[in-house]
Amino acid sequence: MSTTTGQRPEPSTGAASTPPPSLPEKWRALPLPARNLLGAAVALLVVTAFLAVTGDLTALRLATVGYTFLALAGLQLLVGGSGQISLGHGAFMMIGAYTMALLVLHLPMLPLATNLFIVVAVSAVAGIAVGAATARLHGPYLAGATLILAVGLPGIAHRYHDLFGGSNGLNIRTVGVPPFLDGVVTTSEWRALVVWFTVLLVLAALATISGGRLGRRMRAIRDDETAAAMSGIPVGRTKVVAFIIASAAGGLAGGLQAYALGTVTPSSFALVLSLTLIAALVLGGIGSLWGALWAAVAVVYLEVWASDLARAMDLGHNVQHNLPIVLFGVVLILVLRFWPLGLHGGLQALRNRIARR
Amino acid sequence: MTATTTGELLGAEGITVRFGGLTALDRVGLHVAPGSVVGLIGPNGAGKTTLFNVLSGVLRPSEGTLTWKGEPAVARRPHESARAGIARTFQGLNLFPKLSVLDNVVVGADRTARGGPLSMLTGLGHHHSDEKRLRERAMETLESFGAAQYADRLPGTLPYGVQKQVALARACVADPELLLLDEPASGLSGDQIDALAGQIRTFSEDMAVVLVEHHMDLVMRVCDHIVVLNFGEVIATGTPDEVRNDPAVTRAYLGTPGNGDTE
Repeated sequence: MSTTTGQRPEPSTGAASTPPPSLPEKWRALPLPARNLLGAAVALLVVTAFLAVTGDLTALRLATVGYTFLALAGLQLLVGGSGQISLGHGAFMMIGAYTMALLVLHLPMLPLATNLFIVVAVSAVAGIAVGAATARLHGPYLAGATLILAVGLPGIAHRYHDLFGGSNGLNIRTVGVPPFLDGVVTTSEWRALVVWFTVLLVLAALATISGGRLGRRMRAIRDDETAAAMSGIPVGRTKVVAFIIASAAGGLAGGLQAYALGTVTPSSFALVLSLTLIAALVLGGIGSLWGALWAAVAVVYLEVWASDLARAMDLGHNVQHNLPIVLFGVVLILVLRFWPLGLHGGLQALRNRIARR
Repeated sequence: MTATTTGELLGAEGITVRFGGLTALDRVGLHVAPGSVVGLIGPNGAGKTTLFNVLSGVLRPSEGTLTWKGEPAVARRPHESARAGIARTFQGLNLFPKLSVLDNVVVGADRTARGGPLSMLTGLGHHHSDEKRLRERAMETLESFGAAQYADRLPGTLPYGVQKQVALARACVADPELLLLDEPASGLSGDQIDALAGQIRTFSEDMAVVLVEHHMDLVMRVCDHIVVLNFGEVIATGTPDEVRNDPAVTRAYLGTPGNGDTE
């Protein structure tokens, strides 16, 4: 608008006279990737400290929270970011996990980092295939198409028994603690750290995408496709890109799961996983990566607490198996009843209320 | 504006659109010169919005040719039209409801960013400077549309008049060469329509404007050239005075003869 802004207000007139920029201003002046990497480094320190306090027993559980967080963060970008609902996210975790297991079994000389890169590449290719095929589908149709993926894929492991090991799955041995840290950390602690290092690194990348131009393009498409297109945003391509990013994140999460647990079975990637992921996302809060974190904690710990509870009360085997699902459902209903925007929305409302006082 | 071509900016020739058996547009022609304001009028169901959708690439015509700056613009998709310099507003505004007002306008400015796909994925390269520039540009545009104080609000929380200004800001922020306005005056008060007339004349210093409008008063006041559609056909074209005095228009649209400018 060159006419109406003939006399543009000079934005930095007061720069010389104002005091030096405060800390928050300096922080905002940093490029987005740098801010997110610093944040990830701090988070890694927190996780390490937590691990040092809690010790070996919770290490595996912590690793589980880590890769679940990553899978949910990818799903968050897809569902909360671009408005596409996928009920087949678990399928991409399965692709990643089996890729990882097959790599370790058949190409044992490859280092872990290379394996993880290959896992990302393979699941991204799977994401391109699925995303390109479903780019024209909306809402329930997309959900249905991705649902088929989650239902059908585990069957392949049964069908090709020799390659994928059938219902017993594949067992792998991954390298443990490097020699110079021997005795300082245990194997499971080391694995938890590797998982969290990878997760936080990728999360910094996801946060950069989500907070930047691409994320805004996705949100614009989520809100109004026609208006987004008339603003010059390639709608179809952006939706496919969102799908690919989510698939790659899901696949990497699966690869990390295989690494941390040392075993992959088709039953752990059944339809229930995909549905749990999307339900957990609603529980944690759609739209923010924080929501994905609360969702990951809920997925892992609600099950643990329910099992502990059932055991403590000496309930039967059947109850012990089903209590986690019941508890998850009850918590989901309660949270949505009182905090319709999920845990993250609830916490934000709480913070705002405290800030106003 | 500096004329990029000596001739016309946008030309449509013999545009025909059929929806099944219904012919929504029948060999319609439209020509827009740089810096001119063209009004598109006609009774309900005349095909105005259909023509708009063809011009902005949302709808592909069954027959006919579109030219942009003298070059044929074949099979262009909406985002390609936008990148070529065509912006539009919508009858229903179509603001992004869960984005702040500022972000709404930043999305409109997206096509002016310099970074490519890689910078968007990684946040490196031009990304940081792009983001800063887009925000500044969006803020300046919001200021010129008198909506800067609402930058952090969600569009749904604002009065309708302000929302309209935000929609206009989103369309204008990337300096388009052609602005398509779909019923810009609907739902506005008399004073607001007067202000809008002034705004449209200001736009035409920078860009060409095509508007679909029911408020005859506004159309007659701001347009250099008017095209009248009825049942998918052009029944009259010309300056406001010519159209006002055209008996075919009076018959089809305005009702009582000689009273054309009061709707």
